[in-house]
Amino acid sequence: MSDLLVIAERRGNEIHSSTFELLGKARELSIKRPLTVSVVVLSDKPVEEESAYALFSGGADRIILAVDRSFSRFNFEPYTKTLASIVREFAPEIVLAPATTSGRTYMPGLAALLKTGLTADCTGLDIEEETGNLLQTRPAIGGNIMATIKTPNHRPQMATVRPKTFSALKEAYESKSELVNFEVTPDLTQTEAKLIEFHPIGAGQKGVQDAEVIIAGGMGLRKVENMEPIFRLSKMINGTVGASRKIVDSKWIGHEAQVGLSGHTVKPKIYIAAGISGAVQHIAGMQTAEFIVAINRDRNAAIFNFADIGLVGDAVEILNELAKSLESEVKR
Amino acid sequence: MKILVLLKQVPDSDEVKLNPETGTMIREGVGTVINPLDLHALETALRIKETGDHSVTVVSMGPPAAEEAVREAIAMGADRAVLLTDRKFAGADTWATSMALARFAEKEGPFDLILAGEKATDGETGQVGPETGAMLGIPVATYVSRIAELDESGITIEREVEDGKEIWKLPLPSLVSVTKDVNEPRLPTLNGKKLARNASVERIGNDFLELDPSEIGLKGSPTRVVRIGTPKLSRKVEMYEGSSIRDGIDEIKKRLAPYLEVNHE
Repeated sequence: MSDLLVIAERRGNEIHSSTFELLGKARELSIKRPLTVSVVVLSDKPVEEESAYALFSGGADRIILAVDRSFSRFNFEPYTKTLASIVREFAPEIVLAPATTSGRTYMPGLAALLKTGLTADCTGLDIEEETGNLLQTRPAIGGNIMATIKTPNHRPQMATVRPKTFSALKEAYESKSELVNFEVTPDLTQTEAKLIEFHPIGAGQKGVQDAEVIIAGGMGLRKVENMEPIFRLSKMINGTVGASRKIVDSKWIGHEAQVGLSGHTVKPKIYIAAGISGAVQHIAGMQTAEFIVAINRDRNAAIFNFADIGLVGDAVEILNELAKSLESEVKR
Repeated sequence: MKILVLLKQVPDSDEVKLNPETGTMIREGVGTVINPLDLHALETALRIKETGDHSVTVVSMGPPAAEEAVREAIAMGADRAVLLTDRKFAGADTWATSMALARFAEKEGPFDLILAGEKATDGETGQVGPETGAMLGIPVATYVSRIAELDESGITIEREVEDGKEIWKLPLPSLVSVTKDVNEPRLPTLNGKKLARNASVERIGNDFLELDPSEIGLKGSPTRVVRIGTPKLSRKVEMYEGSSIRDGIDEIKKRLAPYLEVNHE
């Protein structure tokens, strides 16, 4: 049986949710074509029992653990060389990694060393049963089209996937629970690049990526003052404010709020697009939301094609109306 | 110090239209410019140049028409502009592009520092920088938001990552890809424009790079685009308009109600 490797994303001692999303997708692919799913963990200490259990029940048949001091945080040369060595040993058909700042850096490095293809930011992955070719779909040309890309003559086939694109398994996987310790030889971790300091950002504030409810504004709000009902509503429901690229470029709000191809990909339970016309770049970042509300003056706005409910009208008026109505609900 | 900046030319508009029948890009009337994110890499190089005896070379791979975009770099202050252009390079994916850039860097180097933008505004892969670095066997730092220090002993940079800010010291040579937070690119000066008009962009083909045919262009590209489509519509929308707006608001309210901050007093 051929192998599929998922490269785990670590945040401190925790395994990041994006790893489980990739494991979920890997299990889905293995229904079409039998695959042994391994998760590769590069860490400066052994994985805790709890994390190992989570990875196995999350869909991994095997954990490949490589432990070395130089893996405390992502470092280009040790990561790419060690991963290349692991890939050569296990000869997987497919290698998947989250499209995070580290994944988007070591995966190109790895593809370069292995002379194989890599597709960034896939929004869809499928497999051809016969050939085992991975069908990698991603937005292309500024997001105006979706391109499906194959790596027909090279192995492994490599892809990065943005966090929140796929779903983790809902039920625990019955795994063979194999743990392999990969020996990290000194030549693999040789580098002169040194981490001097790390300043963590304060936890607590929920980023748009982890939000359950997002109320996002666009140019249809007309002026920055009209963002007020968005902030008010979002506070009432403990939501997070999102933004289209245009209002970020206009400096109405910081880049951290930007949803779309050049911002964040989000997968909230509810997404409200207020005064956002629905450029494909924006759609690419929010189309996997569970429930989408579009509010726009222009009944032909593209955003309505991607929404579950659409309200044709002035976004500011409608949001104010909604906020007032919710306020009376709270008071009651 | 010898600095190399990797540039890509991109359509000068993000509103690229598609031919609905063929699904192909309508290129007519769309000019090309230097990828806006690469301008931050060029600006980084130019600011280093101003601090001492340094030279800045820019290199791009593309069709002959890309020459104008590369020339712009001279107007901004680059010393030398090179366009890797050859029919044999056509159809290159990020692997084959990086291969050509890495070979150029080897042949015309050694460069002490290679700078790249975060990604191109058209392809948005951000892969060519790290791939080129790996091919050259040098350290790579991406998402660099500040250059703190640079001397013979190395370059100290800040990277912005999901959980915080990292400060790294890299040896030279290294490849650094910068984000748009690193600086505000300058505009070409009138003098620079004059200079650029007369400056020649060197064209280099595979006769010079001497790469194996299996490593360049479409043939050297592991990936193939097999299908192109417009994003599919997956939802059926229920519209509220005019007198039914009220119902629409009620519908949103119903959905949001579970998230209302509960007053526990």
